[in-house]
Amino acid sequence: MINTILRYTFIFVVLVLTQVVLLDNIEISRYTVPFLYVLFILVLPFDTPGWLLLLLAFLTGFTIDLFEHTYGLHTAATVLMAWLRPGVLQLIAPRDGYTPNTRPGISDYGLGWFLEYTIPLILVHHLFLFYFEVFTFHHFFSTLLRVLGSTSFTLVLVLLGQLFVLKNRRE
Amino acid sequence: MRNLLNLIYRYHFFLLFLVLETIAVSMGVRYNFYQKAKFVAFTENIAAFFNETVSSFTDYFHLVETNRKLSLENTMLRNQLQRVYRSDDLFFFSEHDTVHRQKYFFTSARVISNTVTRMHNYLTLDKGRDQGIEPEMGVICSEGIVGITTGVTRNFTSVLSVLNLNFHVSAKLKKNNYFGTISWDGRDYRTVILSEIPYHVEVSPGDTVVTSGYSSLFPEGIPIGTVEEAHVENGNFYIIRVRLFTDFRHLTYVDVIRNLQKEEQQKLRQE
Repeated sequence: MINTILRYTFIFVVLVLTQVVLLDNIEISRYTVPFLYVLFILVLPFDTPGWLLLLLAFLTGFTIDLFEHTYGLHTAATVLMAWLRPGVLQLIAPRDGYTPNTRPGISDYGLGWFLEYTIPLILVHHLFLFYFEVFTFHHFFSTLLRVLGSTSFTLVLVLLGQLFVLKNRRE
Repeated sequence: MRNLLNLIYRYHFFLLFLVLETIAVSMGVRYNFYQKAKFVAFTENIAAFFNETVSSFTDYFHLVETNRKLSLENTMLRNQLQRVYRSDDLFFFSEHDTVHRQKYFFTSARVISNTVTRMHNYLTLDKGRDQGIEPEMGVICSEGIVGITTGVTRNFTSVLSVLNLNFHVSAKLKKNNYFGTISWDGRDYRTVILSEIPYHVEVSPGDTVVTSGYSSLFPEGIPIGTVEEAHVENGNFYIIRVRLFTDFRHLTYVDVIRNLQKEEQQKLRQE
């Protein structure tokens, strides 16, 4: 139990630092702004209680908001994503459900499952985030392009993160 | 009562979601420009610590370019300087001045964080209240206009960048003094929009746009950019796309402007 808490605290700190120290300073173009920190919500264990999931999402989003001066934007997007997570997990569950002691990741459930799991959630997060940020449907397609570009970029980073975990486990 | 508790228990996931989401969304919507400034001041110290560390590394990449610009600017200033103000590394002191009526007073500061890809971009500077910076002061660099200070802590300042949907400043065409408003449409970090120029005015690509001096934040004639393209949109006014002089991707040193007569000017306006 203590181990689990330590493990996820570590992941949280690493992801938040990566986001604010590294990714926020890499500005490739306005169509590819990655938000890797959402990975924290994605990798939480299957049996995380709903209330904890939401509170952790609130905490994560709020921390990012503090660093980006956005007040509520990331919080709202992340809480929405966390709320949808159990539903998505249920929709794509394997026939005999999730085995205890496995984690949501490529190593336990394969790439196909992982993509089905992450793409919709990251997409919802980014859709909400970018439209809430501009607060208008005025430049609808330009914003949509930003959403799609950034979602792809975040996804690539999430997959790279998975490679890192896979390698660790093999050793 | 028990039924109610049961109900809450059964739907606690959804209810908690509603509560948290409402808090977050209302935070996002309610914090407008000025409230944000206060909030920034509150959180700036934590964020600034990280940003300053990162910036101390990234500054090296811009050293050559920055040095070149600084030496150019130094020469230019030496040529312009008619009255010498005592200076050290940090500040320029104005002498008590009853003859020349110095109106503006510049403080140099280093940019320690900056974004250009968001819709609401902010910069952070490494000077704050202790160095004489206050909210709502203009910020420029050697090339042109940069933004307006919002939140100020003891040693840090956050600046509302020109590249922010909330940014507006009064500007004019240099050649004929017709004035309008500069704002950003969020499309490209290299261009802004000049609006409210009447359609009978002659505007051609290449015309220079400068600050008008009507706001008490910027002196008159600070360069903004050149006209790239102009068209009349439904009715009487031009929509002019202006290419900025300031390269927001390479900002390192900026000047914060204190208007020594701002209070006097505002007092008159209120009367």
